[in-house]
Amino acid sequence: MKRQLPLIIIFILGVFMVVQYHVPHESSEFFYEFVALDWPPIIGMFALTLGIISLVRVSINRVRQRQDNWQYSIFTLVALTVIMIAGFLPPFKGPEATSVRWMFDRMIIPVSATMFSLLAFFIASASYRAFRARSVLATILLVAAVIVMLRFFPLGPFGDPIAATAGWILNVPNLAAKRAIIIGVGLGIVSTALKVILGVERSYLGRD
Amino acid sequence: MNIFEKMFAFDRRWVYLMLGVAVVIAVKVPFTVPIRISKEARNIHLYLDTLKAGDAIHLAMDYDPSVMAELQPMTDAVLKQCFQRKVKVVVSALHQFGPALAARALDTAVSKHFELTGEKLVNGVDYVFLGYKPYPALIILGMGQNYRIPFPTDYYNVPLDSLPMMDRIRNYSDVKAVINISGTSATDWWISYGNGRYGIPLAIGVTGVMATDYYPYLQTNQIFGMLGGMVGAAEYETLVNTPGPAVESMKVQVVAHTIVIIFIIIGNIGYFATRRKQRQNIV
Amino acid sequence: MEWGTAIATTVSALITLAIFSFLYKDNPFYKIAEHTAVGLSAGYWVLLLFYNVAIPNIYQKLAEGQWWYIFPTLLGALMWTRLFRGVSWISRYPLAFYLGIATGVAIPLEMRAKIIEQLNGSVGLISYWHSPGALTATGFNNALILVGVVAALIYFFFSKEHKGVTGAVAQFGIGVLMIGFGAAFGFTVMARVSLLIERVQFLLFDWLRWY
Repeated sequence: MKRQLPLIIIFILGVFMVVQYHVPHESSEFFYEFVALDWPPIIGMFALTLGIISLVRVSINRVRQRQDNWQYSIFTLVALTVIMIAGFLPPFKGPEATSVRWMFDRMIIPVSATMFSLLAFFIASASYRAFRARSVLATILLVAAVIVMLRFFPLGPFGDPIAATAGWILNVPNLAAKRAIIIGVGLGIVSTALKVILGVERSYLGRD
Repeated sequence: MNIFEKMFAFDRRWVYLMLGVAVVIAVKVPFTVPIRISKEARNIHLYLDTLKAGDAIHLAMDYDPSVMAELQPMTDAVLKQCFQRKVKVVVSALHQFGPALAARALDTAVSKHFELTGEKLVNGVDYVFLGYKPYPALIILGMGQNYRIPFPTDYYNVPLDSLPMMDRIRNYSDVKAVINISGTSATDWWISYGNGRYGIPLAIGVTGVMATDYYPYLQTNQIFGMLGGMVGAAEYETLVNTPGPAVESMKVQVVAHTIVIIFIIIGNIGYFATRRKQRQNIV
Repeated sequence: MEWGTAIATTVSALITLAIFSFLYKDNPFYKIAEHTAVGLSAGYWVLLLFYNVAIPNIYQKLAEGQWWYIFPTLLGALMWTRLFRGVSWISRYPLAFYLGIATGVAIPLEMRAKIIEQLNGSVGLISYWHSPGALTATGFNNALILVGVVAALIYFFFSKEHKGVTGAVAQFGIGVLMIGFGAAFGFTVMARVSLLIERVQFLLFDWLRWY
């Protein structure tokens, strides 16, 4: 029952949801609306807090055992505690509390935005050191990339032809390439979903 | 070592510095870059322009601060157009850091609308902010049946049934379109589940990294319009006659792109020169 | 600029510069900023889940007399057994419930959106060839799209060796894919630079007040 019952649950629910899409009878619509769509956000809330509990556990262990860079875990734990206290104090506004919004706007946003802006430097460095026209295919890639990059440059009489070429690249060969990838992804999603429903894929069960 | 070998041996931090200095100078120097409007951006603008006062759309803001630079200007421009045309907006934010950005965008749009027109927009009457729930795929399906299934209350815990605007909005069939502005896979779910199951007209605003992936959906009319990255945001700001941060950034984009293209060219010149020298040494 | 805003903006600017310092080398300021943000983000998410999910979807429903919401609440609470080694197998039940629903809805909808509609969009172009527009640029483009999609799909079909005709078509397919990746790279450069521009604008205009 530890492994069999979850597989049975997945099979029954999976097949039911596929049938429900094609046979939207009143009774199946009732289950669809009031169970299938209503319950998962509640279950999801508990599942997502698992990650946060795990983060706290790992940070506490790191501090306790004085592992590498354990001092930084103190910052993690203090920050987590401070923002939660701020959110759970009166007037109980949670994420909309003034102090929480301040921390979000002044601390979370700058870190998040700046972390990803570092990628601009890495892409410039990669352009210089790694993007080589080593083969015909690499040359095709580079030429397409340069034309697409030039499409919004003010290049006088060359501007419109380059913009038109970039537009053609995006709407014809790029479309064909991405469509092939989408079809491949779609086939992958459907086959993985089928494998999960039929119990062929069981890695999510973990070990006993 | 020849000159090209020396160039590739130097520290990459000099490359970072060159890019950083170029961007700082470009931000400071005043010049403009003409914005060409793409068909996919114009489609969204034209569609919203056909809506009447009192019609409603759903604005799904599914992004976080890391892509705010590209997507927030799109949100601001779309909200401006909607409020100007007195179109009601139902807003959701299905990313965990989205609600704060959505609340900020709504506050900005409401205050700018007041500055421009003197008209005060009211939460619950002119717009509703639903907030966040986990597992976007099932939330999108839930809203398609009835907004009240995943969202019994709005973001501020006010019951949806008590909001005047939601009297006549039950699900997607009561909104004219969904505009999904996203930096995550939520866009795929809106296409597969929102448009796929309920047939709601869908337009998207995505980051530059994602933009090229959605051209196939434009061709099949699964989406009727697309804003791709900062240039898409600049196009839309131009269409709504409110040049803002995206239009301002395009001049810096030109400079930064020039630097990257020069790096690519120099890198390849060096590669071919070094390869020719190696071949000559072998011979 | 009032002092409150000045201090707040300075805090944001110092955090921004701490993250940028990583470009020189990894250092304690970067690590402190990063770890603090991780803690703040986790705490913010807890608040969001509590006030946006637990309160409206559980507490208020139970308070209104909808007692049946105790079932998803208990099912969700069973997820927390994952934290305790001896009883972690119980968490498989709520996981199975969610996975069953998610995979069940995915099959027809993903098949329709990603496979059927996309194949329709490609094969539908064939009907264009019978129209007067077939010998125009649009007709050529439509033909190229169809051939490109088929060639790229053949490239990904590894059950047959890429030799002879199959090999030639696969080579054309990879060429089409390279153009797609090149276009994606062009957009990616723009995307990354956008984020840098916003941060520089913040530092120069909001913090240092250069106009």
